[in-house]
Amino acid sequence: MSAAPQVHLAIGSSFHNVELVQVVVEEALRRLDVDSDDAHWIGIAVREAVANAVKHGNRQDPSKKVELDFGVEGRDLVIRVLDQGGGFDPERVASPLAPENVLKPSGRGIFYMRNFMDEIEYSFGPDGGTVVTMRKHLKSSAAASENKEEG
Amino acid sequence: MDISVRQSGGFTILDAKGKITIGAGDVALREAIHGALDAGAQRILVNLKDVTTIDSSGIGELVSAYTSASNRGAKLALISLPPKVQDILQITQLVTVFDIYEDEAEALASVV
Repeated sequence: MSAAPQVHLAIGSSFHNVELVQVVVEEALRRLDVDSDDAHWIGIAVREAVANAVKHGNRQDPSKKVELDFGVEGRDLVIRVLDQGGGFDPERVASPLAPENVLKPSGRGIFYMRNFMDEIEYSFGPDGGTVVTMRKHLKSSAAASENKEEG
Repeated sequence: MDISVRQSGGFTILDAKGKITIGAGDVALREAIHGALDAGAQRILVNLKDVTTIDSSGIGELVSAYTSASNRGAKLALISLPPKVQDILQITQLVTVFDIYEDEAEALASVV
């Protein structure tokens, strides 16, 4: 396996760029030997995080960037997505499973991210901007390959 | 995403192919559904057999399509769900909302 990828991306706030991010993330996951099912769901979580940053964070303002950092910390895959928006309270995001929300056309993105990753954490900068940090525990083969590369 | 429309046995069938995701396939799906409803379709099947990826925006469009059809007195069902599409609908408990059929033949044999 090639060296574990450390990736930093900065994209303009356009939905078209979500596709670019996914291409890079898929390749990085492939290099980590993440199996195809896990890679699919991690890819969906990344798509949701980046789409939220573009749509709700930066409100599609072309002058604002979305940044993504992808890497491995210990046995965890860690992906951080940063925007330049005004922040929000994740505790106030309604559950899409509530009967009154099941037929709403939006509001499922964060729910999917929580389902497909092992840990999700939000933090907010003093001058605005949201950072969502997503962790996925790597299965033994991928983690072993990563540790070998480090050794 | 590519989406094509055909008629079969009194049903309007939308064959979706590729990604139904934000900024691309979601809009195409919306336009196809509204086109079918505007043309007077009363029974619509959305064939998801060749859909590779669907995200929350794509799921939202399916929900909107279901609601739009219901509001116009039309029926909309999903057919030939790939496992990952089935999974993502299951997670948000939408499998209980949609009429879902294994394949086109099963749907055509049913009263949708």
